Amino acid sequence: MSFSRATRGVLLALTGLVLLFIHVPLALVVLNSFNTSRTFEWPPPGYTTQWWSAAWDSEGARNAIVVSVEVALVATAIALVLGTMAALALQRFRFFGRDTISLLIILPIALPGVVTGIALANAFLTMFGIELGMLTLVVSHATFCIVTVFNNAIARLRRLGGNLEEASMDLGAGTFRTFWSITLPMMRSALLAGALLSFALSFDEIIVTTFTAGQGIQTLPIWIYQNLFRPNQAPVVNVVAAALIVLSIIPIWLSQKLAGTDESVAAAR
Amino acid sequence: MTSQPLPGGGAASPRWGLLHRRPRLRLGLLLGPPMLWLGVLYLGSLAALFITSLWTVDAFGGNIERVWNLDNYRDLFTIDVYRTITIRTLLIAVTVTVIDALLAFPIALYMAKVASPRLQRALVIAVLTPLWASYLVKAYAWRGMFASGGPLDDLGLSPGYGLTATVVTLSYLWLPYMILPMYAGLERLPDSLIEASADLGATTRTTMRRVVLPVLLPAAVAGSIFTFSLTLGDYIAVEIVGGANQMLGNVVYDSFLTGNNLPFAAAVATIPVVTMLVYLGAVRRTGALDSL
Repeated sequence: MSFSRATRGVLLALTGLVLLFIHVPLALVVLNSFNTSRTFEWPPPGYTTQWWSAAWDSEGARNAIVVSVEVALVATAIALVLGTMAALALQRFRFFGRDTISLLIILPIALPGVVTGIALANAFLTMFGIELGMLTLVVSHATFCIVTVFNNAIARLRRLGGNLEEASMDLGAGTFRTFWSITLPMMRSALLAGALLSFALSFDEIIVTTFTAGQGIQTLPIWIYQNLFRPNQAPVVNVVAAALIVLSIIPIWLSQKLAGTDESVAAAR
Repeated sequence: MTSQPLPGGGAASPRWGLLHRRPRLRLGLLLGPPMLWLGVLYLGSLAALFITSLWTVDAFGGNIERVWNLDNYRDLFTIDVYRTITIRTLLIAVTVTVIDALLAFPIALYMAKVASPRLQRALVIAVLTPLWASYLVKAYAWRGMFASGGPLDDLGLSPGYGLTATVVTLSYLWLPYMILPMYAGLERLPDSLIEASADLGATTRTTMRRVVLPVLLPAAVAGSIFTFSLTLGDYIAVEIVGGANQMLGNVVYDSFLTGNNLPFAAAVATIPVVTMLVYLGAVRRTGALDSL
């Protein structure tokens, strides 16, 4: 490129510093999970894997993971259907109010989680008279997951254009046949990437969750949060945190394989 | 509503002919379910929240009294502690957004315009990985960094738990949301434009100002929507590293759960809503919303 050597040097140095800033705290958590000390002690007096086996046996953490996976799966399924429908409508039709609708779709993530959380909790409690629980949690998660699927789907549709669908229709296929045989297969990887992001977003969500899950349901973030300040649980929390950092490499690797960078970037949130 | 199908069209199969001939019907069927969910459930909830904020709770039972009044808003504006918390939250949100924009710019520019394709891919992964790491894990990581006797304390650099720690932690949490749109924006900027600028005799500085900046600005605004909004609503990071400080989210959460005062919590929650709606309205023209 045509930036001067000096500019490139400065950019490289700053990039290195930002990368350090990004990775040092996470490395610390991973390191700390092998700390022999029960409390966070720096530098670690010794290293052990005993907390990893203790965490493996932790029933609380295991149950919380199951709940988180269930919620994320159902929320993602709902978001996949609704997000894809909205993307098809907004990309393939021009109509009055289209901009307002696209604003409406991003609203659940553009507004702070605390607002989404309390608005939905309030609606469930005072308007519908539903107890907070699994149902309200899934509905809330699906609400902010729609946009991730929508973003991925619409980015792909924009790139595809409509030529193949027109050809399909010209050859006599109907609306549904064309969708199943042409549109859906072409969107598949983008939808998978969107679903992955949506799953991760739901799995990680804590703010909306604290408002809409009620007392009885413990997702993994809730479990971590409740044990964060309990001294005797500290080593197990450390291990769960470290495991989550290591596991986070899987979805990023998958989504990189599934979609081009522009789509995963567009749908980062 | 005027709707217009894809240009072209063609012979419809007899079975689905109706859908094919009626693009408006198709549009309606496609838009119906998502609009029911977002338009009715979500917007309805927001409206209900606003209505609830105009009610009060009786002093004893904690039951909601459906009597219209502005008491909650009056408390919000006249009681010092809430004003302080509102101003603190807004200041933290602005500071976090500025810090993230400053940190994101060099790395986004390096990734998009200097790094080789291979390094570029590696850097995207290096930046994205922490995005996928759990929110709580990241906040927890900074609790360890700032702990007394922790690594920063060891170097004599730890400010301890408090506002500085909160700003650092929140900047850390939302940084990828600023890097990614900036990177995406800069990647779409053709290299040839930068080269042409240099060929025409522009200095690096002029190129930055006249070529890079116009691309960067909408991207930064898109990123700022997240950094700003996520900070406005946060209450967990400040619990973990913020010491005794509180943000608006804490007030909402405490009034909702501990205080059992849903109407007041609703009134507090309208502050970030109004702030974000004003902000979204202001940035709508920059085209930032299309690059989300």
